[in-house]
Amino acid sequence: MKKAIITVVGQDTVGIIARVCTYLADNQVNILNISQTIIDGYFNMMMITDISAATKDVAEISEDLKELGKGMGLVIRCQLEDIFTSMHRI
Amino acid sequence: MINIFEVNETNKMIDQENLDVRTITMGISLLDCVDADIDVVCEKVYAKITTLAKNLVKTGEDISAEYGIPIVNKRISITPAALVGGTACKTTDDFVKLAKTLDKAAKEVGVNFLGGYSALVSKGMTKADELLIRSIPEALACTERVCSSVNVGSTKTGINMDAVRLMGEMVKATAEATKEQDSLGCAKLVVFCNAPDDNPFMAGAFHGVTEADAIINVGVSGPGVVKYALEQVRGENFEVLCETIKKTAFKITRVGQLVAQEASRRLGVPFGIIDLSLAPTPAIGDSVADILEEIGLEHAGAPGTTAALALLNDQVKKGGVMASSYVGGLSGAFIPVSEDQGMINAVNAGALTIEKLEAMTCVCSVGLDMIAIPGDTKATTIAGIIADEAAIGMVNQKTTAVRVIPVIGKGVGEIVEFGGLLGYAPIMPVNSFSCDAFVSRTGRIPAPIHSFKN
Repeated sequence: MKKAIITVVGQDTVGIIARVCTYLADNQVNILNISQTIIDGYFNMMMITDISAATKDVAEISEDLKELGKGMGLVIRCQLEDIFTSMHRI
Repeated sequence: MINIFEVNETNKMIDQENLDVRTITMGISLLDCVDADIDVVCEKVYAKITTLAKNLVKTGEDISAEYGIPIVNKRISITPAALVGGTACKTTDDFVKLAKTLDKAAKEVGVNFLGGYSALVSKGMTKADELLIRSIPEALACTERVCSSVNVGSTKTGINMDAVRLMGEMVKATAEATKEQDSLGCAKLVVFCNAPDDNPFMAGAFHGVTEADAIINVGVSGPGVVKYALEQVRGENFEVLCETIKKTAFKITRVGQLVAQEASRRLGVPFGIIDLSLAPTPAIGDSVADILEEIGLEHAGAPGTTAALALLNDQVKKGGVMASSYVGGLSGAFIPVSEDQGMINAVNAGALTIEKLEAMTCVCSVGLDMIAIPGDTKATTIAGIIADEAAIGMVNQKTTAVRVIPVIGKGVGEIVEFGGLLGYAPIMPVNSFSCDAFVSRTGRIPAPIHSFKN
């Protein structure tokens, strides 16, 4: 399984999760886990996703989500999971 | 499973604390390009570099996009050019021709620097070594991306004082040859003692003869990350301080390890080493001097600076070594002046002098780096500075280097602007007493007694 982490940071507004999820569904990205919290007054969401069957590659998904985020005043990132596991797990 | 706080921590390091992979450097052996005809050598060199490194820049950009980590530079290091061109080059012009070919190849594959216009002369110089060294001023003046380095000493061999004297002259000649650009050529020229074979950082990178045909070395940086981590432990004791630096260095190195393995896999080139060096840039918050201030100094250069830097350098190495089995290169803390806003501030405040920087080089990972000095500094004085640094490296069994820029036409207090990653620097005063008679002696300084370990 090839996993990617999607993070959304910014002001909370209606429909953030809906729009991100719609995009992911359209591109065959499966959501494995969602966690959400408020840090320093900002909406913070993290999704662990399975991109094995995705119709686009990570760089493309990342670029699309960045654009999607811009439209809502949010910073959305999509990164391969390994960068986090290598930094935080021995 | 990774949690949201860990993800946020990593992204904050990247976004706000300037964590980046500073360079993916492909080391390429050019020993198989040796020929008696310089045109054939140039042809082979160009073909080999542009074939092996064809996808280097693209691969770096792909990895950067997929992991969301900036990879600032993609570079190439080659077998010391004195060995590659030794058979063919009969004049300095022949070597300059090789330099131009290297520059052309670097531009073709899109790397911003290519290192290895080098000679290793720690004990003696061959005819080719000397020709290459004498060609450096012109080679650096007529190329854009070629970097040069010369190793003039080592713990095992002692210091080649003939080479030191010659390099004093060549640094000065390079400054003259590039005086229209504030002597920028000298920013691409490093004089080493104990130069490592696998350093991925410029301007001193070259691909040692002990290395494989091609190799991927990765340099990771992140002074801002260490600075931020230390802000969280203000006033704590040394144990907490050291532990914090070590943990941070560990995390940074792990990212480098991941990028290195990925680059190696995608390019089909073996992974060499990770070089974890706190390499500052002129960007605000990307400064080694700021870390020293956070440790407790008013400015870098204040009493206590050498101790603070020694501690920092050692903890960075310890954290890095835990994170990757193949840590190499220079690994530690760089203390360039022009590339570090905190160092520049310290010089402007009168806190930091060349003599203090020299003391700091006893415990940092390299040496006197990116220091602008008056353009009328004598070649013998520069040779004296090189000899001092080489002696520190030789006796302490560490790498030391000198990259000073005598800025032609400018004097103490004036500012010189190099641009980009090279930054800007106030010109620092140099001790003006003569060392002519010392430097004029010919021959070598013998290796120190503790080098005899056989």
